[in-house]
Amino acid sequence: MPVTRGFQRRRPEPDRGRLPPGQYDTGSSWPVLTAEATPHQPAEEWQLGVDGLVEAPHTWTWSELHAFEGSTYFGDIHCVTTWSKFDMTFTGISVDDLLAVARPTSEAAFVMAHSVTGYTTNLPLADVTGGKAWIVWSVDGKPLPRQHGGPVRLLVPHLYFWKSAKWVSRLELMAEDRPGFWEQNGYHDRGDPWLEQRYQGD
Amino acid sequence: MAPAPLAAWTDGRIIELDHPTPTTVRLRMHVDDRPRHLPGQHYLIRLRAPDDYTAQRSYSLASDSDDPLLEFLVERQPDGEVSEFLADVAEVGDVLELRGPIGRWFVWDTTTPVLCLVGGTGVVPAVAMARTARRLGRPDLVRVAAVGRGPDDLPYARELEKHGAAFAWTRTEADGRPAGAFTRDELEPLLDGVELAFACGSARFASYAEELLLAAGVDAGAIRVERFGPTGG
Repeated sequence: MPVTRGFQRRRPEPDRGRLPPGQYDTGSSWPVLTAEATPHQPAEEWQLGVDGLVEAPHTWTWSELHAFEGSTYFGDIHCVTTWSKFDMTFTGISVDDLLAVARPTSEAAFVMAHSVTGYTTNLPLADVTGGKAWIVWSVDGKPLPRQHGGPVRLLVPHLYFWKSAKWVSRLELMAEDRPGFWEQNGYHDRGDPWLEQRYQGD
Repeated sequence: MAPAPLAAWTDGRIIELDHPTPTTVRLRMHVDDRPRHLPGQHYLIRLRAPDDYTAQRSYSLASDSDDPLLEFLVERQPDGEVSEFLADVAEVGDVLELRGPIGRWFVWDTTTPVLCLVGGTGVVPAVAMARTARRLGRPDLVRVAAVGRGPDDLPYARELEKHGAAFAWTRTEADGRPAGAFTRDELEPLLDGVELAFACGSARFASYAEELLLAAGVDAGAIRVERFGPTGG
């Protein structure tokens, strides 16, 4: 672990209670990171399905989703590319509300989130239940911009942000874990920022 | 089958360093026993302060895997704690921590005919792809369309010109072509026979590139995007 000649800490000592290891505060900017072309997905044509190992597979339209009681996340987000962004407000609904309708079977232990682009990301079911995950359509009181996943993205803020699939269209309940898009491409299966689970083998 | 674990951190020594443009630095580094990489992959570069504070960023490789050194081209970002150090402080002989190669999506498989629509320092992965294609004797497989303010602002412009790249200068009129990014009419002939398109550049450039590729008839599933820069709004 060589010290880099001439390199000094330039930023103030970060609040380690808030900034996971290896992360920096990106301040007011919100980088856009996407591997595929940004889709044109009008909200009124958009649908979200929950299927796989559930007792009652269901698909909701944009207006049907808005019939759920709203839910807001206020807090921080962390990207594997090392930026963190503090004090974000996302509004949508809790994933718990969708699962209460679809009713996962006793075998369901993992979720694959699918986007309209074909993007996928895998999560333990326990990471999207118990008030830890949302389907969101607004950020800081405004509609979620297209480049940030609008009209609708998954939000799982306690994990690195590649797990918060943009343009999410389907949650598939599974008995066994299987890797999603970035997970097949070298990223960690779970992605806990506090454990610095960035890449396979971390 | 699960992917192999990523290589651990290793030490890299700067062997060559120069500044091809006023805002960029080119680093050529030696790593003992490094794994081969595919063009389009990147490495993490990590800096370590005496109090053990670290900062790391990812940078695309410009070098072909047969090159004995790893080559990075880094643009100095305003208040960029890693890029400013690399551009202004780093010297030949310095040892930095490296981890890679990373990325299995934005890579050229060495056999598919591709177009790279790249802007500014987004040329770097296209340079790696073009160098690899030339080594393999198939320069025709990697077509490059590069956007820059002018020839003196675009890193690797001369090398890419020899490769047969098409250029669009946004601030410079050249050979009767008015200043401006590529138009759909200019791009369409470059797509003949191409099966995959790579778009790389700033968030703003990448948005332009992917919209132009879609407008020119490229299937959304055949577009791979790499964005960088401080913000996308």
